[in-house]
Formats: sequence, structure tokens, C-alpha cells
Amino acid sequence: MDFLSLFPPEFIRIIISSIIIVTFIFVNAIIMVYLERKIAGHIQRRPGPMEVGPHGILQTIIDGIKLITKQLIIPTDVNKPLFRLAPLLSFTPSILPFIVIPFSKSFQARDLDLGIVFILAISAINVLALLVAGWASDNKYSLFGAMRAVSQNIAFEVPILLSILSVVLMTNTFSMQGIVAAQNKIWFVLLQPIAFIVYFISGLAETNRAPFDLPEAESELTAGFHTEYSGMGFGLFFLGEYGNMFIVSSIATVLFLGGWHGPFPLPFGDFTNIIWFMIKVYALLILMVQIRWTYPRVRFDQLLNLAWKYLIPISIVNLLITAVIVKL
Amino acid sequence: MGEEKKSIDIFAENLRAKYDIGSKEMYPAPLARIEALDKLLKFCQANSIWPLTFGLACCAIEMMAAGMARIDISRYGAEVFRPSARQSDLLIVSGTVNKKMAPAVLTLYDQIPAPKWVIAMGNCAISGGPFAVKENYSVIEGVDKLIPVDIYIPGCPPRPEALIEGILKLQEKIAGVRYPFPQRKIDPDKVKKKPQLLSI
Repeated sequence: MDFLSLFPPEFIRIIISSIIIVTFIFVNAIIMVYLERKIAGHIQRRPGPMEVGPHGILQTIIDGIKLITKQLIIPTDVNKPLFRLAPLLSFTPSILPFIVIPFSKSFQARDLDLGIVFILAISAINVLALLVAGWASDNKYSLFGAMRAVSQNIAFEVPILLSILSVVLMTNTFSMQGIVAAQNKIWFVLLQPIAFIVYFISGLAETNRAPFDLPEAESELTAGFHTEYSGMGFGLFFLGEYGNMFIVSSIATVLFLGGWHGPFPLPFGDFTNIIWFMIKVYALLILMVQIRWTYPRVRFDQLLNLAWKYLIPISIVNLLITAVIVKL
Repeated sequence: MGEEKKSIDIFAENLRAKYDIGSKEMYPAPLARIEALDKLLKFCQANSIWPLTFGLACCAIEMMAAGMARIDISRYGAEVFRPSARQSDLLIVSGTVNKKMAPAVLTLYDQIPAPKWVIAMGNCAISGGPFAVKENYSVIEGVDKLIPVDIYIPGCPPRPEALIEGILKLQEKIAGVRYPFPQRKIDPDKVKKKPQLLSI
């Protein structure tokens, strides 16, 4: 007992939750890459990975091990410290938001009062990582990709904020648990359908997913900002991307789809409600994958016009209407 | 007629010397070699070969067909065509390499991180194919005059199935065992026939 008392329970809780979070990010990326390749295959009427493990289940793990064994090339003219820093800078901000995501009533590392603001602030670092990667690579394609990423992310940050604000106006709290608790009667997707659609489109653009994957458009920019990255440097960018996708989907779940509320209560609901949360998040993720393999890439001016001309005015009007109705 | 070297061969030799391909150390030797781990790594490398998006001529059309629905290279985990050479393992030289393209091929090969492999696809990439005549002045007669080649796939152009066989051979070369595990044989009598909508 004396030994245990050296560690306050809060400290142990932080360590355990951070281990779970990091493990979960890797597991999530493995699942998502496999799902993506399988869904892509089936959309194009082919089976996808089949040979490694039953129905190719182990394919992603094998790809990961192979990426680790590859030679790490650092080109001669790059800015070495920045070049090595960028993948880490892209991967780390995708870990931190998991601290405030409410998987269920008890599965949450910390319930911050400013949960959503925290997530928005942290996920903005990802843009910096892309810019650093593109700048340090000393490659014109990388630089173009990074510039596109920055302008795209700045443009779509605004509608995301506005659509989140219109939910926050209704709940009067920034805390994630508070927002979920406010939805025990009706999900906000029914009260705020426009905000949900605006948020989801902007979320797709924010995570650089197709049809908005202009920073890594293969036909124009080779591979965009990670052109010069080999082996696990590239792998970390990928992990960061899938982590960000999960975060965007889980914010959508928390704000609009009722978080861990399910259609009927489960036994030990404080813990087992994680099932409802995961079902909703993965449904959104699969929708994102399906969108990627269905629609062609937009042009860059179309992308920015979509943000500045349509999404931002729509979400501002939505916010105003919400404010008026709440005050009435 | 004495064995006089063609000007194109001399060009290839000079280019190869300039890029210094053969003499470079491919892969630093590990400090300690554990057999089981080595086998695992070889297995992983053999089963996730990411080719470079690099098409030179008509063989590239067959290479694209290999990724499509009927043949589907992705069953063996090789459908991830990476646009950047830094992230790929395999260079499929799919077509004619001529004098102007040769430096690009060498640069791309140089940019791929070790361990890397090369497949010469089609007769042009193997030996110059129909261009290997006396008057030839512009086509490199065989890409192996520029870079070391692991697998040769003959044909003009080879069918997509031949490319898949080449990739399986490459897996055999990497891991020593022929992956994939034997394909499930489909018994034609047991297959349910789907009702056809249009009978022509």
C-alpha cells in the first residue's frame, strides 16, 4: 500500500489512458487502411488484398513492418532538423485530442471545460507540420503541396468553427461530456442538419481526404508534401492522417450524433456505451472512405470557392438563426 | 565484321559510370542477424511490394490492366502504386528506354530506398525488342545495361497475368518460398450459375 501511495491515482490514470490512446491510434490506422483497401477493391469490383491471412487481414501489419525495414533517405540539400521533426509534429497532435474525446461516460481521460476549443487548437498544429515538411524537403512539389495544405486548412477552419459554435450556443458549454449529456432526448443532427453537413464537408477538407486531397494530388504534385519522405517518416504522416480522420468523425459524433447515447440502454452503461460511440464513428469513417473512392478530385479554385463563397455564408446565417431562436 | 560497339551501348556504359550504380552499397549489414527475424522481414518485404507509378510505353497499359478488376494485382498486396520513388520498392520498367529517358530511369532507380527491385517488362526493356537492329541509334538495348534487373517478363507486350507471375517470381526471389499460399481451386461443378439477364 505504501508503494502505491507514492503514485496518486490521477497520475496512474494519466499513464494508463495515454498508453491506451497511443495503442488505439495504431490499431485504428491498421483497421482503417485495411478497410480502405478492401472497400476500394469492392467498389471497383475486385477483391482487394486476399493472400496474407484470411482475406488479407494481416496485409496492413506486414506493410507496416516493411516500412520500418526500408532505408531512411535524407536528401543532401534538406534542412535536416526540420526534415526529421515534421513527421513527429504531424503525428503528435493527432494523439492529444484523444484526451478529451468521451468514448463513454467513464471512458475519458480528462473532461476539460474547454474540450472542443482544446481539440481545435491542437489539430491546427497539423497544418504547421505539413508546412514544415514541405519547406524542409527542398523540393518544388513538396512546397506546392504544403502551400495548398495551408490555404485549404485555413479556409476550412472557419466553417468548422462556425458550425461548432451553433451547437455550443444550444448547449451553453464547451465540455464534451456536457454536449453529449444535452443530447439525451434528441440528437443535434435533427436540430442542426445544416451545421452537420457543413461540418462534415469541412472535416473532409481539413483531413485532406479525397475529393479534397489536393495537397497530395498525384497527377500534379507527385506525392505532395511527403514526396521526399521514405520508410517510417511517410508512415507517421499516414498514421497522423488516420488519427485526424478518427478525431473529425468523433467530434461529429459527439456534437451531432448523440455521442455515446444509443437507441436502448446497455448493462453497465457507463462503460459499455463505448460500443454505440464506436459504431457511429466507424460508420462516419466508412462513409469518408466511400466518398474518397466515388468522387473525383476537385480543382483548387473550386475548393476555395466552396469554402469562402458557400460554406462560410451558410454557416454564418445558420449561426445567426440559432442565436435568435435560442434567445427567444 | 568485327565486334564493333554500337554508339548507344557506349552511351549506356558512360551513363552508368556517371551515376555510379553498381558500386554503391545497397543496404548496410545488420549488427546481428537472427534467423527467425530475418525470415519474418523477408516475408513482409515479399508480400508488400509497392511499385512506382512509372509507365514508359504500351507495356504500361498492361501494367494498369493488372490493377483492374479482372486481374487485380492487389490480392498480393502490390496495388499500392506510389507516385514518389522514395516510398516504393519496385521499379517496373514497362517499355522502351531510349536515350533521352535513360537518365530519368537511372535517377528514379537511385531515389528508391533500399531494399529495391527492378522488373524489366516486355521485349523492349529486356533487349531492345524490335529496335535492336543495326541502324538503331536511340533505344537502349536492354535496361540491364543501365540498372541491375531482377525479373525479366518477355512478351510484346506481356499479358497482365504475366506481370503477376513476375511479381510472384520476385516474391520467390526475396523470400525463398513461393508466396502466396496455393490458390483456392474452384470446382466448376460446384459453382452456382447466376441467371443471366441477357442471353446473347
